[in-house]
Amino acid sequence: MSDIKKLGWKEIPEGGLIAKAGNSATYETGSWRSVRPVRDEEKCTNCLICWVYCPDCSILVSDGKIKGIDYSHCKGCGICATECPVKAIKMINEKEFTD
Amino acid sequence: MNNKMTAITGNEAVAYAIKQINPDVMAAYPITPQTDIVEKYSEYVADGLVNTEFITVESEHSAMSACVGAAAAGGRVMTATSANGLALMFEILYVASSNRLPIIMPMVNRALSGPINIHCDHGDSMAARDSSWIQIYSENVQEAYDNTIQAVRIAEHMEVRLPIMVMFDGFITSHGIECVELLEDNKVAKFVGKYPPRYPLLDIDHPVTYGPLDLYDYYFEHKRQQIEAMRKAKKVVLEIGKEFKKAFGREYKLFEEYRLSDAERAIVVLSSTAGTAKEVVDELRTKGEKVGLLKLRLFRPFPYKEIAQTLSHLKAIAILDRSASFGAFGGPLFTEIRSALLEADKIPHNVNYIYGLGGRDINQTDIASIYADLEKIVKTSRVEERVKYFGVRE
Amino acid sequence: MANLKELSKKEEILSGGHRLCAGCGASIVVRQVLSALDDPVVVANATGCLEVATTIYPYTSWKSSFIHNAFENAAATISGTEAMFKSLKRQGKIDKEIKFIAFGGDGGTYDIGLQSLSGALERGHNFVYVCYDNEGYMNTGIQRSSATPRGAWTTTTPAGKVIPGKAQYHKNLTEIVAAHNIPYVAQANPWRWNDLIEKARKAFYTDGPAFINVLSPCPRGWRFDSKDTVKISKLAVQTNFWPLYEVENGVWKLNYRPKERKPIKEWMEAQGRYRHLFRSENEHIIKEIQEEIDKNWEKLLVKCGEK
Repeated sequence: MSDIKKLGWKEIPEGGLIAKAGNSATYETGSWRSVRPVRDEEKCTNCLICWVYCPDCSILVSDGKIKGIDYSHCKGCGICATECPVKAIKMINEKEFTD
Repeated sequence: MNNKMTAITGNEAVAYAIKQINPDVMAAYPITPQTDIVEKYSEYVADGLVNTEFITVESEHSAMSACVGAAAAGGRVMTATSANGLALMFEILYVASSNRLPIIMPMVNRALSGPINIHCDHGDSMAARDSSWIQIYSENVQEAYDNTIQAVRIAEHMEVRLPIMVMFDGFITSHGIECVELLEDNKVAKFVGKYPPRYPLLDIDHPVTYGPLDLYDYYFEHKRQQIEAMRKAKKVVLEIGKEFKKAFGREYKLFEEYRLSDAERAIVVLSSTAGTAKEVVDELRTKGEKVGLLKLRLFRPFPYKEIAQTLSHLKAIAILDRSASFGAFGGPLFTEIRSALLEADKIPHNVNYIYGLGGRDINQTDIASIYADLEKIVKTSRVEERVKYFGVRE
Repeated sequence: MANLKELSKKEEILSGGHRLCAGCGASIVVRQVLSALDDPVVVANATGCLEVATTIYPYTSWKSSFIHNAFENAAATISGTEAMFKSLKRQGKIDKEIKFIAFGGDGGTYDIGLQSLSGALERGHNFVYVCYDNEGYMNTGIQRSSATPRGAWTTTTPAGKVIPGKAQYHKNLTEIVAAHNIPYVAQANPWRWNDLIEKARKAFYTDGPAFINVLSPCPRGWRFDSKDTVKISKLAVQTNFWPLYEVENGVWKLNYRPKERKPIKEWMEAQGRYRHLFRSENEHIIKEIQEEIDKNWEKLLVKCGEK
């Protein structure tokens, strides 16, 4: 959870308007996860199937190659691991991680 | 004077005002007795006389919804409606005001269904009195025209940014032909000025989100902002009224006092009935009766302080409501004024008349009888019946 | 055909940190649809899962301009925004190219927003409407809609002793929209991402109104594991439950034909909302549903000139 200081009525834009486009990126949903996708870089062919099916915009791609997984937003749904054609992603119980 | 005097109906005059205002978008749906506005405006559009993108929506709900989408996009937006049309818009009236979109809406007063009725009463706009729309009532065709033009400046004022509805009486004013002064196009254009955008959706380099889910953390703060904007609107209404007078000669304030300063008895009323009542006041005055009238123009925000001050010297007042507030202690105007009077040094005797529902006529004899009732109240210092239903058969 | 490497280079319009359920189909649909864009866009959204989860004040997941008005009026709202664009463009006050899209769930599209949608389509505004059809009022806790398929359990069509789930077949909204004779109508599904993205591209770059009805599996409401969203999506197509087709300027075209049609039972078995149909007294319902699907498929083949 990120926390934005709660402001008074004179300090916020009128009408509930949000002028900071895309600021939900600062809101973490990674804590929802009970299983974590872990990618095997050796196996991965960068086909980007995981990227196109990810509901949480959490497959980080740069220049057509996967750079990692955005664990601050990944909710651990497991679609990437299910759909990976070369089984390069495994879902591992969060309990096995200490970070 | 270059402006022309024209014999014209209220609807035609208001359609003409909209043409002169030349909004970027208009979205409207025809409904009796507002229909002529939509028809007339369609002609202006078809003849290429306006820049307006006219959205011929399939309902009033979509009219107001499209107005919200268009106003948020960043431009001047108008619509017009009546009665059931306003009721169908209801949910979106609140969305429009909460998003602080200065939509301008002429509103032809008509009784709400059911049973279905097409004639005048104020039940429609009164039902919307808490929707955070500024509400201005017009007595006659000239006022409907002038108020529509002023409404643009009031709503779009940076300290206000609230939608506004301009009321005038169905059939009586909407279809009544009166001789009015129509202003010159360029002068109206100059008076309304350019639309001052704020957070337009179409400014794609500065993207914004309108209409988020706003829970207990911030909803109240946003409502507080609206309350403040409404408060400020009163000052703006007066400012724009002054400016209008300077430009065009006719004066508009929060309300009109008619032979009131030395009066002992007065009627408080909205819209066209005020015209009838003024005749009665003049007649009674010739007989030496100290009677007067307060015609309220601005109902939201309600100018309670000013009204309390203005009415406190009277001995008795009759507040005429052309709508019923079912289960309440009197009509909406009555409850507002009675509450406002608690701010006054002295509270006059007061009585409420619910009248004219569904277009039931009220004439000069009727109004004279109300002044006579007030005389009795002054003499006896007693109000026998606080809320009366005037003109209904028992 | 869409190339994922190229698509991945575009800046995404939807940002992470939205609060849709894990495995939600809606955000997959949104990401795929918006990836087809090469121009800036204004998004309108009907009240529903997508709207509440992406714009919880003071957060927004939208990097584009965005407006939510109410439940039943996303199409009317975007028609206002598009009209303002047209007006300002005609007046020379704006010179950019901007696209307009409205998203609505099946509640906001099939049911409460159908009038608003029909009006906007008939008026011919230049916009795209995407229905993410999760076959029920999921945002309020899984109630039936006219998109809920026959036999399915919802909280308002419970699997009772007398009435086993929803009694009616779902409404064919795609064909209702096609009857408006707008330039582009399609039915799609996130499993066939390339088909969906291509349809979105056509929709955005068609002059006039375009509509895409996209099946959006809902793990919570359909009772399946969040990892299986795409699998379920695939089964919907393989069983002919959700055929992929488009109607471009009045010409119907089938976009995918399963090599071998799978029985509807397989789609049903994968979802807990149909569990009660597998009781012996209800099995006739599965048979009837199968017959209905086969009948509708044959009709579609005729429309698409495949027969």
